[in-house]
Amino acid sequence: MAKDVAVIGVGQSSFVRGYEGSIRELAFEAFREAMQDAGITQKNVDASIFCSAPEYDKQRSPAGVLAEYLGLIPQPTFYIETVCSSSSSGVKVAYSMIKAGLHDVVVVLGFQKMSEITSAESQERMGRGADIQWEAPFGTMMPAYYALYAQAYMAKNGLTHDDMMNVRIKSGTYGQTNERAVYRKGVKASDFDASNPDARMAGAVAWPIRVGDACANADGSSCVILANAEKAKAFSKKPVWILGIGAASEAVNMAARPDFAKGLSVGYNAAAEAYKMAGLTPKDIKVAEVHDCFTIAEIMAYEGLGFAPMGEGKQLIREKATYKEGRIPVNVDGGLLSKGHPIGATGGSQIRTIVLQLRDEAGSMQVPGSPDIGLVHNVGGVGLYGNVTIFGR
Amino acid sequence: MGFEKFGRKSFTGVTKTAKFVDLLTEGKVEGTVCKQCGAKFFPPRADCASCLSKDMDWFEMPKKGKLETFTIAYYAPFGFEKDCPYTMGLVDFGELKLFARLSKDLKPEDVKVGMDVAIKPLQYEDGQMSFEIAKA
Ligand SMILES: [Zn+2]
Repeated sequence: MAKDVAVIGVGQSSFVRGYEGSIRELAFEAFREAMQDAGITQKNVDASIFCSAPEYDKQRSPAGVLAEYLGLIPQPTFYIETVCSSSSSGVKVAYSMIKAGLHDVVVVLGFQKMSEITSAESQERMGRGADIQWEAPFGTMMPAYYALYAQAYMAKNGLTHDDMMNVRIKSGTYGQTNERAVYRKGVKASDFDASNPDARMAGAVAWPIRVGDACANADGSSCVILANAEKAKAFSKKPVWILGIGAASEAVNMAARPDFAKGLSVGYNAAAEAYKMAGLTPKDIKVAEVHDCFTIAEIMAYEGLGFAPMGEGKQLIREKATYKEGRIPVNVDGGLLSKGHPIGATGGSQIRTIVLQLRDEAGSMQVPGSPDIGLVHNVGGVGLYGNVTIFGR
Repeated sequence: MGFEKFGRKSFTGVTKTAKFVDLLTEGKVEGTVCKQCGAKFFPPRADCASCLSKDMDWFEMPKKGKLETFTIAYYAPFGFEKDCPYTMGLVDFGELKLFARLSKDLKPEDVKVGMDVAIKPLQYEDGQMSFEIAKA
């Protein structure tokens, strides 16, 4: 496994509802932390890449505006978008530019101010998140699409509502200790009990998905600074290397997709490519961040990443194997479910968590035993795009 | 023109596959088939993704299939709220699949993965044309 490109700095804003500032100020929060983490100045940065889902932005072509605010002009800058996986796509592009020898140090900044638009506007855009020609006319929305997968898993793989609830309970366990998370309360089984009038999470959204199965919207930013081997060794005491990158895409229309009981194809296709490039197998992964936009998505990720056989993802949550002390800790920062999901910032935030884990600097979230290999699984849309990135010390 | 009549609410006005709506008014749910290589598509396409041809024909979709999966929407996007709750699902015909809403006369508690279902054109009271998944 080649150690050619490393992460030398990571940063993340707090993920919050209704950020009290503009998008450029939000971006600066993650940038400041990552630059201080890397111990470099803007003169050391050769290029920048900005990532978000543009339907939430009022600013057109944000890259130039943000590059100026961050003090990264006149270096080249541009914008990358794959909805919820935008910032891990940005990292893939930065990796490629560094590996090609075009640049030595590249900043990847993911951001989203979901509160930039009103909830009515957000509702309207939500319905157009997938195929607007052939599916949106039926009244589709994100939870309904993931519910199609959940229903197939319940009918064919023996998945239960309790399994999905237990994914949410796990995320709550860690979300309450993550000071950057938007949802910092613990979650109990009684929160999902429909007979309990105070149950916050029991309401049906798109059956079988309930309120508690869905992640929280948030405003937030993330920043990942990448460097070639020479600069990484010069700037960083603890570089974290990119060992493998895999990416895939899938049909937007549900009618063109393979077996729903096998989960999102972008998950298993991107994972296969990343493992092959890294020369590693699922057993080598010591800690992982997966794209749990819904509880079912985490179960599907267990299988797509090879942590469990196809159809058996439920066993990992039943055995608590994905808790911090388990066989393969997953989303021990609270995941999207508790930390929040500011679309364009999410991938970079997942990468930050894994980098801190591999540096033994994750504080209360730290997985015991000094993990040396970590994985990030970041999905865009309803499995429209998928990036799997493997990191090592 | 014409495609704004498709579905409960259309977001697409102009498409080379707008004849789909005319076929619905004739009672037919059709996909497209490539005249060059025979590849079949649903939803319909004007261009063949297999051989790049633009020489496409229409063919009638199978009328019966099995329900692969479904969901019941209790919340809806802007403009669809009055329909709640409504059920949407995916039908597997073997070679092709189809996504649509389920007919109102299929009660949610009677809907099961794997059940036999039929496909039917549907006209809404406001004149919009669609198709739905109904009892076999
Ligand atoms: Zn063809």
